[in-house]
This record gives sequence, structure tokens and C-alpha cells, in this order.
Amino acid sequence: MFDPYVADIDAEALRGLYRDMVLVRRGDRESNAMQRQGQLGIWVPLLGQEAAQIGSGRALRPQDMAFPSYREHGVAYTRGVDFRELLGIFRCTDHSGWDFKAHGFHPYTIVIGNQVLNATGYAMGQKFEGKVGDDDGEATIVYFGDGATSQGDVHEGFVWAAVYDAPVVFFCQNNQWAISEPTERQSRLPLYQRARGYGFPGIRVDGNDVLACLAVTRWALDECRHGNGPVLIEAFTYRMDAHTTTDDPTRYRLSDELEVWKHKDPIERVRAHLARTGGADTAFFEAVQAEADSFAAELRDFCFNMPDPPPERVFANVYAEPSPQLDAQREEYLAYLSGFAEAGEH
Amino acid sequence: MAAPVKSHPVEGPASAVQNLTIGKALNQGLRAAMEADDKVIVMGEDVGKLGGVFRITDGLQKDFGEQRVLDTPLAESGIIGTAVGLAVRGFRPVCEIQFEGFIFPGFDQISSQLAKLHYRTQGKVKVPVVIRVPYGGGIGAVEHHSESPESLFAHIAGLKVVSCSNPVDAYWMIQQAIASDDPILFFEPKRLYHSGALKAPVDPSATPDPLFASRVVRQGGTDAAATVVAYGPSVKVCLDAAAAAAEEGRSLEVIDLRALSPLDLGPVFESVRRTGRLITVSEAQSESSITSEIAARVQQECFYSLEAPVLRVAGFDTPYPPAKLEEHFLPDLDRVLHAVDRALDW
Repeated sequence: MFDPYVADIDAEALRGLYRDMVLVRRGDRESNAMQRQGQLGIWVPLLGQEAAQIGSGRALRPQDMAFPSYREHGVAYTRGVDFRELLGIFRCTDHSGWDFKAHGFHPYTIVIGNQVLNATGYAMGQKFEGKVGDDDGEATIVYFGDGATSQGDVHEGFVWAAVYDAPVVFFCQNNQWAISEPTERQSRLPLYQRARGYGFPGIRVDGNDVLACLAVTRWALDECRHGNGPVLIEAFTYRMDAHTTTDDPTRYRLSDELEVWKHKDPIERVRAHLARTGGADTAFFEAVQAEADSFAAELRDFCFNMPDPPPERVFANVYAEPSPQLDAQREEYLAYLSGFAEAGEH
Repeated sequence: MAAPVKSHPVEGPASAVQNLTIGKALNQGLRAAMEADDKVIVMGEDVGKLGGVFRITDGLQKDFGEQRVLDTPLAESGIIGTAVGLAVRGFRPVCEIQFEGFIFPGFDQISSQLAKLHYRTQGKVKVPVVIRVPYGGGIGAVEHHSESPESLFAHIAGLKVVSCSNPVDAYWMIQQAIASDDPILFFEPKRLYHSGALKAPVDPSATPDPLFASRVVRQGGTDAAATVVAYGPSVKVCLDAAAAAAEEGRSLEVIDLRALSPLDLGPVFESVRRTGRLITVSEAQSESSITSEIAARVQQECFYSLEAPVLRVAGFDTPYPPAKLEEHFLPDLDRVLHAVDRALDW
């Protein structure tokens, strides 16, 4: 059923997906290391989830809109958001930087599950504007994890999307762990089966298979853009690293489990396939590795040189319209600060 | 460079002056806003066919259709969360919360997304959502139907909070709130919705006062004895108290705050500098409230003018009591005059 959705993926396209995953993983590992060196306040690793993110992200079209949680660095990459633009959030120089409209990629959402309702509302808007109903229709995709499925907002998003036929793909990356809690703490039945209770299709896909993720997400997005949404996808994958750099998975899971999942590594399987089928040669793999190293070096250089934001940024953009009250607070504080500067000159 | 701000000239239809209640004025104001901008949509529980439990949206669905007046599923986080997404898409949603006591399931979306998206994105995402909240007591209702939670929202940076006290303000303020690019909590004095005594001529061709401006609603003159500040349902109580005081030869100056966040205290400072005495009146509990804020700022700005401490007449620091006791809880004419006496005798 889904094969036609990846019929266009020849060896060159597959090499492209491989390259995407390698670059994103390299950016992720470099960022993780930079946190360890004190350059980032925290990092949220995506290690192991590259296929789910690149496969689904590459299924999106320019007119589509993606709502991420805070781990979707791979999806951000597919939407043309420069990996460097993610660093500000984790270096804590800003709360988000990219132009969400230009990229079709909403700001990261940290409160678990909030974005599912926001995405559903956005998709309702696409439908209200008549942008749904044919091959060129628009669709929305929203990312969340297995833990988020317990949130009321996710449940309400399912209800709303079903009632309003919203063109939204609910993309749940079930990485097996909500920090320390296994999926058994969230659900009695497989997560994708929940969709049935809301009256729309739910499907589980191997989240470590980039082609399967691409195919299923293309199908789901097509359903939505033709007006047959919503759809729930459960991408069955594994969080190979910690929840964040502040987490210690050795306290709650066995290393055996990780070893099993290492055999299902989403990048290694594509590499093996490309090598065995002659889809890529050693020179290609070496070139991608070199590109990844250079990508990481640039990322590192950028991060180390990121300036701290100026103090007036505290007060900026709280409101869309002028705020004399905040203007006064800002001026008072800046005057106070400049007092120190003058005192320091003596 | 920031994109040009879409402005919505607030113009009423060139219809005749009508004598309206607050409820009907809100209805007419909503209608005018929907006619002026087809991106304005109304959403909430029972707002369609029923016209809302208070009939404030009466007839709107019939005239604007089910895609602009949405009878939503029964979940407040869903109402606010999808409104955020619709606003990101370019709509201007006006949400109705049925009673103020039911807003709390939506509190997370209000605080975490609605209030912060503009700041988070450094101004790239605007969320022009209005949340209409019928509030206040005196209707003999069961629990959760008579509260005054406005201070909770005034405390959240990124939100604006207003409350109308009369039909003319109701008509204009709702349109101005909808035209604003910032998210606004719009508190409506529910027990006065259908008050015939408050009916007033509303002239759609008039020029309204700015939204975020307080207003002296009863001049005290040069010999004013005290300043009384109130908002929403308490304004009428204070005007009645001022009329009673006048019969005793005592002149009170009454100010309707209208805007609760940001506060427009210029007229209050000016008045207190003349009278030397300030009484604030609210149904909301006084602890950590809007009236606390007023007291703090007045002592800062009018320190040498004060002849007595700022006194507050308010709901007690208890949950809202069973309605058979609400006459004790709600500030009334006598409690206001008692506070005036205390201030004058200080």
C-alpha cells in the first residue's frame, strides 16, 4: 500500500536521506559535547530518532506547516532551519530565533503537548481558508512523544481535529521513554490504536526505517491535504541517549536494551543497504563524513562565538503594541546599569 | 524589519443610536467586528444556535455561518489552544469561556502559549486572541459561577486584561480588543448583562475612548472628599455610593479603571493628589490583587499627598461563599461608604 509513496526514491535520493541523517546526528553529537563543555546550558539529544525525523520531515511540502516539540532538530533541518539557529535556545541566548512562516516550522514548544492543540487550530485555519481538498492542498504535522499522549491537550487535539476534519498529521515519536517512565506508564494499549477511539486512522511505523517513515508520512499528509484528515502516526523508535543532558538513564533502564536497539540503528541500516546494493561507494561515505565533520566544526565555531544578548532584550517584544510601562522599566534599569559603568571608570 | 501591523479601523455601521443593555451592546460590538474583518471568528461552548448561555452571541451563527461562529467541543484548553493556532494562521479568534470558574483548564495554554509566543519569537508571531469571560457574583449561583479571577491574568506578562462596566464601553471595548494585536482577557460583569437600569444610548458613529484608558465617571469637584476606584460590576456600586454620599453633602470622585493590565493610573494619581484619600473597590479578593497593585503605585506616586492609607473594599480572602452568603462577600454601597468614613476619620 505504501510502496508507491517512495517509488521515486532512487539510489541518489536514498544517498540524500543518508546524508541528512548523518549531518543531523553529527550536529546532535557536537551539541551534546558542547553542553558537556559548558557552552550550552542543556541539550536535548535526538540520537536514534534520525529516521523518524528525516523521513517525516522530507515528506512535507513547502506549503505545509510543522509544529515541533523541543527534540525535532532533524525536522528543523528538513525545513531549512539552520542548525545554528537551534543553539540559541539551548545556550539560553533566546527562546527561538527562526522565521516560522518562511520555514513552515513553528517555534519549539517546551510545555508537553501544548503544540498539539496549536497545530490543530492552525490546521482548522487551513481548512477554513479552503486550502484543503486537492493534490496541492495544505497540511499540518505536529510532533510529540509517547509521554505527551497522556496530556489532556493531546486528547483534546484529537477530539478537535476529528470534529473539524482538520488536515493534521499527529506524529508521535514513541521513543519508549518519557524521561524515566516507560510507555507502559502512559498506556495499556499500543499508542496508534488510540486513534480508533477518536474516529480517524492510526498507524504504527518502524521509526528507525527512514523510507517507511517517509512513505507513511507522505500518505498521511496526502490524506490530510485531500480533506481526509486527521491521521495519527506512531513512529516506533528509541531514544538512544538521555532525555536531556541533565538526565541519567542508567538509573532506570538496562544497557541491554540499548544494545538491542543499536542493532536497529537508523543510519547504519541505510548505509548497509547502500553498500550492499551498490547505491554508494566508499568515496561517498567518506565525503559525507568529511562534510559532517566540517558541519560540526562550523557549528562549534558559531556556538563559541555567540554573543550574549543585550540587557534591553529582557523587555523586548512582550507585547505587539507599545508598552509605556515596560519602556519606563527598561529605561530605569538601563540608567541603573549605566551607573555601574560610570563608577567603573574611576 | 517588522511586518506592517494590520490595523482594523473600528467603525460602527452607520446605523441609528440604540438604547442597549451591556449584553446587547456586546452582541452588537461583536457583530460590528465580524462585519469589519472576515478573519474574526467566535468560538466557545454553546455560542452558536443557543447564542451562549447568556445570549451574548445571539444570532451571530445564523448570520455569519458555522465556520465563523464555532460551537466547540466542551474543553477550555482546546478552545484556547486551537485559538492560538488559528491566530498563528492569521485569524482573530474571540473565545467565550462560559463562566470564569471554568477558565482554569485553559490556564496552561493562556499562560504558556498565548501570553508568551510573541516574546518567545521576538515579535515574529502575533496571537491576537480575545477571551471573553463573564465574571463576578450576585446572581445566586452554585459554586464556580461567581468568581473574580482577573488578578491572576493581570499577573502574567504578555497578556492584557480589561473589563467593561457599561453598555457604551461594552460596545466599543470589545471591538477595540478584537482589533488589538495582543492577547486580551475581556472580563464582562455578568450580573449586569441584562440590567435595564444600565441601558444607555450607544452611538455607532461616536469616537470611543482608547481601550487602555481609565476614566473619571463621576467628578468630585474641587472639594472632593475621596477618590474611589473600581472596575466592572463594582463601578455601579461606587456610583450608587457616591450618589448616597452626595445626599449627605460629601463629594466622591469615582474612577472606572476599564484597563486592568496595563493599568492607566494617571487619572487616579491626579485625583488622589487633590483628595488625599483613596478607596479601591473590587469583588476580587484583595490579597495579591489588582487593588494591591494600585495601592502600591499610589503610595509611590502620591506619597506626600495621602491624608490616609489606601483602603480596600473587596471580597474576603476566602473562596466564593455559597450564594446565600454572597451579600456579605460582595462589596456594597454601605461597605464603600464605611471605608470612606474611615479614610476621612483617619
